[in-house]
Amino acid sequence: MSHLDELESESIYILREAFNRLGKIGLLWSLGKDSNVMLWLARKAFFGKVPFPAMHVDTGKKFKEMYDFRDRYATEWGLNFLRGECPPLSEIDPDLPPATRAAARKTEGLKRFLAEHQFDGVIAGIRRDEEALRAKERVFSPRQTTGEWDFRDQPPEFWNQYNTSFPPGVHVRIHPLLHWTEIDIWKYTLREGIPVIPLYFSRNGKRYRSLGDQDITHPVASEAATIPEIIRELETTTVAERAGRAMDHEAEDSFERLRANGYM
Amino acid sequence: MTEYTEPLQRESLKIAIVGHVDHGKSTLVGRLFHDTGSLPDGKYDAIRAMCEQRGMAFEYAFLMDAMQAERDQGITIDTAQIWFKTKKRDYVIIDAPGHTEFLKNMITGAASSEAAVLVIDAHEGVQEQSRKHGYLLHLLGVQQIAVAVNKMDMIGYDQGKFDAIEAEYRAYLASIGVTPTYLIPVSAREGDNIAGRSDNMAWYEGPTLVEALDSFRDTSLPVDAPLRLPIQDVYKFDERRILAGRIESGRLKVGDELIFSPSNKKARVKSIEAWSVRQAPEEASAGSSIGITLDHQLFIERGELASHLENPPLETDVFTARLFWLAHKPLEVGNRYTIKLHTGETQVEVQEIRTVINTDTLSEGKSDRLERNSIGEIVLRAKKMLALDSHDRIAATGRFVLIDNYHIAGGGIINMDGYADQRDLITRKSENITRVLHDVTEEARAVRNGHIGGVLWFTGLSGSGKSTLSVLVEKRLFQKGYQSYVLDGDNIRHGLNANLGFSPEDRAENIRRIGEVAGLFSRAGMVAITSFISPYRSDRDRARKTVGKNFHEIYIKADVAACERRDPKGLYKKARRGEIAEFTGVSAPYEAPTSPDLVVDTVARDIDACVEQIVDYIEEHLSTSRIRELDYSI
Repeated sequence: MSHLDELESESIYILREAFNRLGKIGLLWSLGKDSNVMLWLARKAFFGKVPFPAMHVDTGKKFKEMYDFRDRYATEWGLNFLRGECPPLSEIDPDLPPATRAAARKTEGLKRFLAEHQFDGVIAGIRRDEEALRAKERVFSPRQTTGEWDFRDQPPEFWNQYNTSFPPGVHVRIHPLLHWTEIDIWKYTLREGIPVIPLYFSRNGKRYRSLGDQDITHPVASEAATIPEIIRELETTTVAERAGRAMDHEAEDSFERLRANGYM
Repeated sequence: MTEYTEPLQRESLKIAIVGHVDHGKSTLVGRLFHDTGSLPDGKYDAIRAMCEQRGMAFEYAFLMDAMQAERDQGITIDTAQIWFKTKKRDYVIIDAPGHTEFLKNMITGAASSEAAVLVIDAHEGVQEQSRKHGYLLHLLGVQQIAVAVNKMDMIGYDQGKFDAIEAEYRAYLASIGVTPTYLIPVSAREGDNIAGRSDNMAWYEGPTLVEALDSFRDTSLPVDAPLRLPIQDVYKFDERRILAGRIESGRLKVGDELIFSPSNKKARVKSIEAWSVRQAPEEASAGSSIGITLDHQLFIERGELASHLENPPLETDVFTARLFWLAHKPLEVGNRYTIKLHTGETQVEVQEIRTVINTDTLSEGKSDRLERNSIGEIVLRAKKMLALDSHDRIAATGRFVLIDNYHIAGGGIINMDGYADQRDLITRKSENITRVLHDVTEEARAVRNGHIGGVLWFTGLSGSGKSTLSVLVEKRLFQKGYQSYVLDGDNIRHGLNANLGFSPEDRAENIRRIGEVAGLFSRAGMVAITSFISPYRSDRDRARKTVGKNFHEIYIKADVAACERRDPKGLYKKARRGEIAEFTGVSAPYEAPTSPDLVVDTVARDIDACVEQIVDYIEEHLSTSRIRELDYSI
């Protein structure tokens, strides 16, 4: 079994586990490369038909290419697509630094969306290698209904056994891509022929390595115009993946504060 | 567009590196990186510059720290987990830090590793932690162990000193049942016997550390082991009925006949379903998450374990396990937990805690509770039949976690020593059987005999007084006009059960047959008195089920000490000398009845009083003059 096969098999197992053990679940489709891989894996896990909704909590500030992608594949892949709205910025804590505040708007939108639809669990495409705090995550990660995450007191996961029993009122984040790396995502995207938003490819010496809201996401210097070139670039880079995400860098604990409040 | 082809498939192996805090673990890891050429460009120079700046000699341990820091910053170094590479394969190092949460780290780390490197300081020799780590690796089921005797440079590469450490540690490991695969003299600082052979130790003829690691087998995907496919879910999204699951061991082909345990239903694989593939797969092997359809429809649920007809899993509702407890609230006898065993989930009760192992001192003791971060040998009883394996045979279906209060509270590996595979006991092999109804009713027989039929099931330790009492009770009943007969262990083994030995399976079958025979006596209107140790609750419960309502469990109670004093057949002496293996009460468990119909205490009362007590009980429960609710009409 190749490394990608092992990752694929584990993710499929996790998706099936979530579908079997939890009540109402949905998959967060941020339209980025990771969540596209995740949707692809869900189609594999359930033999072509994703048996739960794919949800996009829309800030209204994404790139046009992202919306085009969403509209096309929601139909083409036969998804049960749900769109959530984010509240206006004026409703968000004004003490936060600007980009963090914009990201917090998305968190608030997500919270409202989950409350409205009463989900027991949501599947999110975070990866352990993205960011230090995410390295401490679990595959099945319980939150209180308020969305808070207590990463200091998590039961261990071992022997492929995930804890799937939770007290009433607790909702769960499921992370099928936790053990994937950025390179794995691209290698798999290439191998499977998964569609990619063109913003990831270099134009005029720059490309997006991570996609978020237009106003708080910046491209990085890169000549990589194809997936193989992206993979080669990543094999030698010393620049962090989220370097182009403004809110990570405003204050040392920005990301931690966002996460503690339920940011993905 | 440039074509990117996936590099040739490389194997990867997870290894744990453990050792006493100052015995040079980080240096060893740094060396492994450097000497196998696994370091990213410029890293070595950066560390050297850093060391020079601080006016110190090159320190490999900084590599670990620096790479860890990079990972923390989210910079992708190659891939996050593959740490070093040899020509043969990639290695993922699982670090098990030796601090307060040591056990938890060992479990989450070392338990999932295929092999381990245990680092010992040649200068300091075997330390308490070295012993502890060796022992824990053993408990966790890690069998491929390379012991790196480090800092050989500090003892002048002295063969004599190495030999002494080797002898001491091998003796210790042997005492806990571990045979280390290799003991290798190394110097991580100088690079002796890490990737290259050392000129400083020409006397050493074994492999280098890297050679040793490369020789270990990858057991994470046991494709050649018997097939185990736990059913995770059943999908009916369209006209197909797909059983989904991940193959934990072995392989499966279209057309294979499968048996699902514990329901023991059988069917053939009609297809292996897959989405977005050029051609439907014809076979699949360990590690794959698959979906299959069957040639005919079976009602199969999550938790069933599919295998081939050859080499199926064991079926049992009771087993022993070595358990690591992680929850704040201790585990206690009588407590109930949810067990997660492959995809199955059910309630279990802690029947017994046999030993508790203190992970600090490694001493074994008795206790009725297992505290956080400790290990014990326990007996668990499930509410229903489980399909499982001994961990040493098939790891994935031989380990489980316990859930308490919505958390994973502990993990255990299964040991089936002393317990029977109950598959044959619950599986009816012949088909097309129809029961014949009797014209003579139970009531009619009762009217003629003056009593109803029944089974008095004596259970108790060897020497508790079962045989003595059964013979006396039989005689008294006969005098009182009862139709009664004693079924005694040795007598039955001369005939009906002459083809059975003393393996757990044969013992269980012995009791099963006796239950059936006693049931026949009972239905014939007679009082059958059975006199067998019958130590297992599952066996007695099965007999109760066979016999039905007229089953009376009579606990002939005497503790081991009292029985050993009596020792009428001299068996305890033999057992203590080790001449009888698995002797109940000495080297095999006795599961006392939890709610017997009658307790006869042969220590507190003399024989006559005991006989009287049993006969009174029989008169009260079986005599027609005492029972009013029978309908005597015929």
